[in-house]
Amino acid sequence: MGCGTSSSAKDRKSERALRAALIIQNWYRGYSARLKARQRYALTIFQSIEYADEQGQLQLSNFFSFMFENYTHVCEKDPEFVSRLFGNTHQDDKDRQDYVGLVDVPDSYNGPRLQFPLTFTDIDLLIEAFKQQQILHAYYVLEVLFETKKVLKQMPNFTHVKTSPSKQITICGDLHGKLDDLLLIFYKNGLPSGSNPYVFNGDFVDRGKNSVEILMILFVSFLVYPNDLHLNRGNHEDFMMNMRYGFTKEVLHKYKLHGRKILQLLEDVYTWLPIGTIIDNEVLVIHGGISESTDLNLLHHMERNKMKSVLMPPFPIDEDYAADLKNKVGTTAVPRGVRTSGSLSEQLTKHEWEQVIDILWSDPRGKRGCYPNTSRGGGCYFGPDITSKILNRYQLKMLVRSHECKPEGYEICHDGKVVTVFSASNYYEEGSNRGAYIRLGSGMTPQFFQYQVTRATCSRPLYQRVNIMESSAIRILKERLISRKTDLIRAFQLQDRNKSGKLSLGQWAFSMENVLGLNLPWRSLSSHLVTTDKDGNVDYMSSFQDVHIQKPVKEAQSTLIETLYRHRTDLQIIFNIIDSDHSGLISMEEFRTMWKLFNSHYSVHIDDSQVDELAERMDLNKDGSIDFNEFLNAFYVVHKFDKLHKSDSTLA
Amino acid sequence: PAGPSAPHQRPLRRPHASPRAPVLPVRGLQGAGRRDLAEPHGCQETGSAQDGGRQRKGRHREIGTIIRSLGCCPSEGELHDLIAEVEEEEPTGYIRYEKFLPVMTQVLLERRYRPIPEDILLRAFEVLDPAKRGFLSKEELIKYMTEEGEPFSQEEMEEMLSAAIDPESNSIHYKDYITMMVIDEN
Repeated sequence: MGCGTSSSAKDRKSERALRAALIIQNWYRGYSARLKARQRYALTIFQSIEYADEQGQLQLSNFFSFMFENYTHVCEKDPEFVSRLFGNTHQDDKDRQDYVGLVDVPDSYNGPRLQFPLTFTDIDLLIEAFKQQQILHAYYVLEVLFETKKVLKQMPNFTHVKTSPSKQITICGDLHGKLDDLLLIFYKNGLPSGSNPYVFNGDFVDRGKNSVEILMILFVSFLVYPNDLHLNRGNHEDFMMNMRYGFTKEVLHKYKLHGRKILQLLEDVYTWLPIGTIIDNEVLVIHGGISESTDLNLLHHMERNKMKSVLMPPFPIDEDYAADLKNKVGTTAVPRGVRTSGSLSEQLTKHEWEQVIDILWSDPRGKRGCYPNTSRGGGCYFGPDITSKILNRYQLKMLVRSHECKPEGYEICHDGKVVTVFSASNYYEEGSNRGAYIRLGSGMTPQFFQYQVTRATCSRPLYQRVNIMESSAIRILKERLISRKTDLIRAFQLQDRNKSGKLSLGQWAFSMENVLGLNLPWRSLSSHLVTTDKDGNVDYMSSFQDVHIQKPVKEAQSTLIETLYRHRTDLQIIFNIIDSDHSGLISMEEFRTMWKLFNSHYSVHIDDSQVDELAERMDLNKDGSIDFNEFLNAFYVVHKFDKLHKSDSTLA
Repeated sequence: PAGPSAPHQRPLRRPHASPRAPVLPVRGLQGAGRRDLAEPHGCQETGSAQDGGRQRKGRHREIGTIIRSLGCCPSEGELHDLIAEVEEEEPTGYIRYEKFLPVMTQVLLERRYRPIPEDILLRAFEVLDPAKRGFLSKEELIKYMTEEGEPFSQEEMEEMLSAAIDPESNSIHYKDYITMMVIDEN
């Protein structure tokens, strides 16, 4: 800068420019922060609803226990029904010939043909085929599953791995059927091989639409490189979870003829997946987390294949009762995972079972101590003190886990001792989160790599991505609202003494949280859900104006419809279990029996006769059987101002 | 207590004293002698970062985001002062909610750090565009935003450009941009 009068004009000018820049920056940062806050709300909505659903299945588990307890009564009336419900599906290896021998691959099949024993060319072959959306023939799927089970059986509960500066290992988290993410990881990080080992930390399936393809790639890679591709079991490697979260549906849809065989075999394969991986005797890699009672020695030695499902806890069987059952209904008709002959030894002990649940379901939290994980209904919340205690006890340095979606794909907590890695980008919605993976090697700090799959050729600006996410989240929240409409209105009216139709924002938020059981920032979300007048009072009925549940039958009562809609996922699971031949049909009689049990356990205040009537109307061809998928799909939510798509109200 | 939902107990992290360094994305494949895949069709990665550097930077912004999403618009300098008011005596890197709440409540009651009205924002852009063309070139905007005032980080600059820029003319028509942002917020 010079001196003299001309420079003062310059000074003034650049001072104005400086002030202008400050104003723009200030505004932009405020705007950007508000966008990020909206993104966070949307994510919270997705997450709370997801966890509330998981919690819901605890009720389902209780229902199964309830059913078993009332077994003898039901048994007397309909032994056939019960044996179907609790039918045992035990595979022997000699079944392999029966299973696969009967499956024919026609010459006209254009998909990938694997060659056993498998080599790396088969991995390439599969990947190329799946990129072109081809489907692997059921024959190969079954062969791969049999082989995988055979090899997994020889693996210990925890795989011990050593790394070196020249041989680093890559850890990936949840994939949930998102094939694009797996392909992106392989593109960035290279295919698995003897010099490029991987750990896949569970939850390969459910929710995304390519769970089959992901499993096939992972299992084939495992068979080619059994000492360098490590698979840990996640909470979704569980046949009951699959019924609820979409994998069962995907298999039955892609494999109409042999889907059932595949699912039955998969039940077994899951149980043989190792519980975890230990790297360099320092890093423990497991899917969920730990609890204060986590006992690695016990976990190393237990018979992991007895862990069938989170919904089938070991049943305390009295020997006499067991013998009684056996006489009444025969050996085939007892709950899966429980056998009357030498019954107690076929189950895990309750303690062992809980240990595995903790490993697969727990979440780390900032609060010290160990608390039941109430959001999910299984496992616990563990604090930094628990982490230190357990890591010290076994001379470990770090815990790597997955199980929770993180906006950046990974998160470090508990003072650097716990790392969450999540590999399904855009998990809830396009733009919701990044995916990530970790590279580890002895003597180096862990390296994190992030990515995000995008369908668009050029990435959308942030505000558009936030808009998409936000409207998606609000949409499912509204569906939640409508499924509890009766209870909500009752709660609102209780507070609305003057019957004015209005409540204060605080009163409204309170009722919403209480009835829906979702810990969400209701006040911030209110503008999306309800209309407010100039005094700040909420017109609480306005939430229900632009959404309603489509009535499959005109005359059916609203409360019935609402109840069936709310419980549709549970009902779907129950029906799926009854329908053991996966035909998609159950008889009217089975439906009635099921409904009665459901009614009494869930304390649903619906007249049996109403449901009967509804079912009868749903039996369109009047042959005495109901296509229950059609039955349940007939209940969906209509968003009045959204003519474009019929909502699929599950998170899948 | 019945009524408002429970306050979040999550501790908030204070910003680091060091200036924000731009984080460079790492692209491409690593190493040779590995079998690599052809680029997956229809998929594109949108940036990646090495190590926890990005993580740390993200945390540092949490307080700013919270305060700004409540409707306040402090400058970066004002933000630092505010944080100094609430952080712990022994620098743990965290801020306790119990300390934050009364200070923030006061800020809101006093209506401090009011947001910029739309017309002032427009005039600010016009100051940077003395020739009154109605737009700023990409280079001009970058220069002002990253060299003047309280400079943007590379990430902030990229973010602003992605929404503001007109790809055909490579310029920012600020009037339209402002209108679009205001509509989006409402």
